[in-house]
Amino acid sequence: MKKLRRKVYMAAGYNTISLGTGRKEFNPKKERPGIEHYISEAGQGVLKQIGGAENVDESVIGNFMAGRFNYQGHLDGFIPMIDKGLSMKPAVRVEGACASGGLSLVTGIRQVLAETSDVVLSLGFEVQNTVKAIYGADILAMAGWFKKRKKGHAYFFPGQFSDRAGAYYEKYGFDRTRKGMARWYANAIENARLDPTAQEYHNTNPDPYATALKMKPNGAAFVDHLTVLDCSKVSDGASGIAICSEEGLKRIGVDKKDAVEVIGFGHAVRDITSDPTDLTELETIKHAAHQALENAGITMDQVGTVETHDCFSIAGILAVEALGLAAKGEGADYVDAGHTSRTGEIPFNTTGGLIGWGHPTGGTGVHQAVTIWQQLTGNAGDAQITIDEKRPYGLTINMGGDDVTVTSIVFKRGA
Amino acid sequence: MTYDERLQNVSVLGAAGKMGSGILLLTAIEMVDRSLQPENKGKTFVLNAIDVSDEALAGLLGYLKVQVRKIAEKKTVWLRKMYAEREDLIENYDIIDEYIFDVLRMVRPVTSMEEAFRSSLVFEAVNENRALKVKLLSRIKENSQKDVWFFTNTSSVPIHLIDEEAGLDGKVIGFHFYNPPAVQKLVELIKTDNTLPEVEAFARQYATNLKKVVVPSNDVAGFIGNGHFMRDGLHGMKAAAKLAEEKNLSLYEAIYMVNKVTQEYLVRPMGIYQLMDYVGIDVMQFILNVMNPFVDDEDLHSDLLDQMMEQGVKGGQFSSGAQKNGFLKYEKGRPVAVWDVQQKQYVPFETFSAKCDEMLGSMPESAVAWKSTLRMKNKDEVLGRFYTDLKTTDTLGAELALHYGKCSRKIGEKLVADKVANNPDDVNTVMLTGFYHAYGPINTYFD
Repeated sequence: MKKLRRKVYMAAGYNTISLGTGRKEFNPKKERPGIEHYISEAGQGVLKQIGGAENVDESVIGNFMAGRFNYQGHLDGFIPMIDKGLSMKPAVRVEGACASGGLSLVTGIRQVLAETSDVVLSLGFEVQNTVKAIYGADILAMAGWFKKRKKGHAYFFPGQFSDRAGAYYEKYGFDRTRKGMARWYANAIENARLDPTAQEYHNTNPDPYATALKMKPNGAAFVDHLTVLDCSKVSDGASGIAICSEEGLKRIGVDKKDAVEVIGFGHAVRDITSDPTDLTELETIKHAAHQALENAGITMDQVGTVETHDCFSIAGILAVEALGLAAKGEGADYVDAGHTSRTGEIPFNTTGGLIGWGHPTGGTGVHQAVTIWQQLTGNAGDAQITIDEKRPYGLTINMGGDDVTVTSIVFKRGA
Repeated sequence: MTYDERLQNVSVLGAAGKMGSGILLLTAIEMVDRSLQPENKGKTFVLNAIDVSDEALAGLLGYLKVQVRKIAEKKTVWLRKMYAEREDLIENYDIIDEYIFDVLRMVRPVTSMEEAFRSSLVFEAVNENRALKVKLLSRIKENSQKDVWFFTNTSSVPIHLIDEEAGLDGKVIGFHFYNPPAVQKLVELIKTDNTLPEVEAFARQYATNLKKVVVPSNDVAGFIGNGHFMRDGLHGMKAAAKLAEEKNLSLYEAIYMVNKVTQEYLVRPMGIYQLMDYVGIDVMQFILNVMNPFVDDEDLHSDLLDQMMEQGVKGGQFSSGAQKNGFLKYEKGRPVAVWDVQQKQYVPFETFSAKCDEMLGSMPESAVAWKSTLRMKNKDEVLGRFYTDLKTTDTLGAELALHYGKCSRKIGEKLVADKVANNPDDVNTVMLTGFYHAYGPINTYFD
């Protein structure tokens, strides 16, 4: 990938709450906010920090399946709804399954690099609690190849990653892997409790590690190799952030130290019609993340924090291995040893990630960028971690489907 | 005839009623699940839903559609395997819709009894009317083209009487569901001396497949469940009358107090008057009338129930499941007033409850709410502590509760002594499972 021809920054991030089971205000029997609410709240949350809509050149909105969850297409048409100042300006909707948010980001980055814009409003959202989980599974299954749906599990994606977990257990041992997965869950809950917008913010379990370790996969009720605690929940939510050039940053009145600079990024896609080469490896994540590191000209030992796509705990462990932090088969031990906890060698998913913060699918990629922006600029509130001067970089990994579409971005605090 | 063959043509009598609709639903699910097994491919399964009302039968299909969807949503993993060869069914949506269709196309809603003549199995869930039951079952037996077996959902009529009077030759068994059948786990199984072993074996297999808890009851009017509840209710009414007289209270005030004591002090899901409203004052009166001729040593009758019926206050539930007013008046499912049989009107709690609550006195600190006991691992210990404290509490509430608890135990013990139940465990299981009590009536808490 070519080096970035121009400096690109992100600032003014905003997250709605991630609404779903676990949040006290969630009641599946009562009417809940629709997509209009989430798009508006996230969009206006960014606009308030950047001097209003007149400073925006164009917008990108990432979403996966509003067409089925909400019977709504033509999503770019909702951008001017956020603020009249966005009317008659360019807007585009992007989709890459659960990587739709990441695509919103890299599309915005490319618009700035292309010098067609100095300020891009990047949004991502999903409102999924409109249907029961058993039907939501159908909708989310469209992130896979539809021709495989018939033979897939009722809970299609948990089924896919259950197969990955099963292969990992077989190859590297069940008990040690389950310990790593339990630790991943515990880290997610402990981090989410520090972020008021997180879905698991209200979680009061005194020992999430013990709970997760005690719960055994039961194929008769769910999938063969995962428990529900290994899975991200169904979430409604949206996130937004401004992507700017240096000129754009001046225009919106944000100091560089209050922004993060995009140092490099990667973007890779695997053939959706083919099976993964190795179930115990996330090859597209590996490719895209290393592409991003190479593009940024850094190595993992310079990265201080990672936001990775843990739609399932096993995906978190495999990402650790894909990044080279642990050898193949040792990712679970690395996680169980606490190296990815908020006080560990390299804190992962510091506001809970997909399992703890939530996974409004089309919004997740943008949420990851907002978390990195919060952490690197000291705006993470109770969830703030200490960023080591020797490891000043933040990294995001956003995955669509079963390791099919991946975006990865390297950030550093602006200077 | 195998289990599956017996289920290939079934009729439910009273299929659109409160109990019949639930029995129809459970039977339909069992039949469709059997029909989906590879060995039953190509076989036709028919379930006749027989009732007197076309309108009610139309509503029944709507009920089935909603309930079957809920059931299918919970077993989609299994359904995907059952429909694996259907290439046209891809998404969960497709499979669940097909399952609902398979259930509905098997059900034949009819108002004609003749359909049951081709059935191998007949579920009877009509009104608790012995003459009606005998008339219907004998007609089917006389005209049946099959070796038909009968399951009766009667909650009080002795099965041997139905068998003898309808000439069923032992091909009948009492299969008493609790309301609502789709939710309640308990089934009382009542065989007679004449019931064929293969009928009982089939009934047990069917109950197992439905994941029901089976408690055998001997064939004595009222069986275990109503045997205890009816007497408990009668005691509740006597207790209120006695309390009113001794403390110079209005009867409605005493009813309020006894209801409160039986819910809060006895740690039950609802007070005895609320439970009588739930069952229905009319149903209760009817069942007592069925039971009373079969007992020699007690009079199972209540003047108060007769009075309520005369005043048109019957309790029971609306078709939506909402509670109708009975002894108590309900708003959003919660009791808010009590019926005054003298003034023939409801008296709001707020006009008198403070005085009654003060008379009852406070509960010990160790008191426990019924709901909190549901998943309590040390329930026995917690309840034991509470009732030990209650015994040293000098309040009217404690006195009433202890007396009530002892009476409830006596009722349970009498069911065993009278050979209605085989043992104390069966009595306790019925009250725990069918009535959701926190503990069985035969216990040592009130010694």
